[in-house]
Amino acid sequence: LGKTLATDSWQRVRKNTYCTKSCEKITKLQIAKLNVGTAFLTTHRLIWGDIKYEDSCLAFPLSQIIFIEEQAGGRGKSAKIVIHLHPAPENKEPGPYNNSKYSYIKLSFKEHGQIEFYRRLTEEMTLKRWENTPISKPISTGTGSQGGRTRAVGIVGIERKIEEKRKELDKNISEAFEDLSQLMVKAKEMVELSRSIANKIKDKQGDITEDETVRFKSYLLSMGIANPVTRETHGSGTHYHLQLSKQLGDMLQAPLEERGGMMALTEVYCLVNRARGMELLSPEDLVNACKMFESLKLPLRLRVFDSGVMVVQLQSHSEEEMIASALDNVSEKGSLTAEEFAKLLGLSVLLSKERLLLAEKMGHLCRDDSVEGLRFYPNLF
Amino acid sequence: TMRRGVGTGAIAKKKRAEAKYKERGSVLAEDQIVQMSKQLETFKSHLEEFASKHKQEIRKNPQFRVQFQEMCATIGVDPLASGKGFWSEMLGVGDFYYELGVQIIEVCLALKHRNGGLITLDELHQRVLKGRGKYAQEVSQDDLVRAIKKLKVMGNGFGMIPVGGSYLVQSVPAELNMDHTVVLQLAEKKGYVTVSEIKESLNWQKERASHVLDHLLKEGLAWLDSQAAGEAQYWLPALFSELSSRDVSPEEANQMTP
Repeated sequence: LGKTLATDSWQRVRKNTYCTKSCEKITKLQIAKLNVGTAFLTTHRLIWGDIKYEDSCLAFPLSQIIFIEEQAGGRGKSAKIVIHLHPAPENKEPGPYNNSKYSYIKLSFKEHGQIEFYRRLTEEMTLKRWENTPISKPISTGTGSQGGRTRAVGIVGIERKIEEKRKELDKNISEAFEDLSQLMVKAKEMVELSRSIANKIKDKQGDITEDETVRFKSYLLSMGIANPVTRETHGSGTHYHLQLSKQLGDMLQAPLEERGGMMALTEVYCLVNRARGMELLSPEDLVNACKMFESLKLPLRLRVFDSGVMVVQLQSHSEEEMIASALDNVSEKGSLTAEEFAKLLGLSVLLSKERLLLAEKMGHLCRDDSVEGLRFYPNLF
Repeated sequence: TMRRGVGTGAIAKKKRAEAKYKERGSVLAEDQIVQMSKQLETFKSHLEEFASKHKQEIRKNPQFRVQFQEMCATIGVDPLASGKGFWSEMLGVGDFYYELGVQIIEVCLALKHRNGGLITLDELHQRVLKGRGKYAQEVSQDDLVRAIKKLKVMGNGFGMIPVGGSYLVQSVPAELNMDHTVVLQLAEKKGYVTVSEIKESLNWQKERASHVLDHLLKEGLAWLDSQAAGEAQYWLPALFSELSSRDVSPEEANQMTP
């Protein structure tokens, strides 16, 4: 690889600097294990570590990239990524070459990783996350003694660009960011407090009443903190979801009957939220409320099929009847696919398929699985 | 024997336990819950103040939304967990994403007969924007991705497959493993793929390639063009639907495989 690192865009950085930027994230570690080095992709830079240089490696900012292309591997040659770069900025830190006739580099992947690295690199080039995250101060290094030399790659250029952008943007936005950061500090305190409480409940320190547990859960709900304590069968168990469950019990009765007693949960989600117009339910709210149907003795049930499809069904909705009628339909027509069955019943393909699968599971139908599709026949065995 | 939990014995025991904890300097859980209630009120008013100043910013600015979401994730808070949460109620972020969820479901459902339940994030984005109309708030692809992540909790196989620098959004519970995914990625450039191309690029045996392609056909994600010059081509409607303009009805779709 040493032969292909020919551009002057590379700069040397101290090895311990590539992990210490708080806003910068490593997106792919050690994907490409080359003969002598490893390529790292972060949200801000491309970094290459060469074992010959023990305490430093090479990097350049992603903003330096104009264009990337793939070169597929084949017999005797490895897959490559070619990265075309802008001319190096004047204020760049020193690197392995002072000048070079090449304006691109090639990363050569001796083993696997080219596809994934290319995909991630393309992703980062699209997202341009280095523009969003303000870098307020230079990376701190292990030893403070070497001042400017140990500043990370292109940080000056990046900082400058961000500063310009900030000036361009509405003044309100930087103020909004600051207020947001402060708000998050306060939110974090709430999270830590809730964790402390949760741990104590687990360790049974103190005497928590049922009432206090319910209250605690509603605090977690308000803050959007996941409940680590109890895994109750009836969902999150808050008063809010209880009321919601009852509302849904009323609201879904008629629509369910119109649709043969069963609706996919995503269908319910759309129906309910379209009706509400505002103060919409989150997907989790819906699931948690539906989980309470049984304990509230409402005539509805949340059900999960083997495929993972979740439905709400009327409790009066007889399983045996459903399977028997599926068998009747299939026998009458000789055989049916899910699409044909859906058309016959006026239901969604998704739920029609689930009915056929259920009848098959009970041994009444058998399948013919070919490239033409999945077809069900009466089981005569 | 005495019943546990009642009587002077239990009270005395509790008092001793309390004293022991206080001695160690640790606070009882129930006292902390009271403390949390107070802090929650304070936080709520901070959030209200923030909302009064910056609610519009969240509405209008997709990048600010990204910042907001990432900060929440960092501290361990999910602002979209419940419509009843403070974040949703006061900042209105909830309604924005939950409504987007509805729109995403509806677009995917409408196109399922054609693409088998697989659609590029780009196409989904375009169609959602179109459905929302000219005067609606801006919606970024990041917004879509977050809304889709929330939809996963309702079953139904919502998922995202990385392909060609972006994503394919899956909205049906079809089983897709690594083999299927990598073939989809291979097909991304031209919208179709052949057995030879798979064998050459991925170094697979013919059987493995055929097995994967058969599965995609069965799930309705790929269509077979056996009349293609040279070798049979497996087309993915999710990938080429932007290129071809002709709409295919469900009946036609059923006839496309031999």
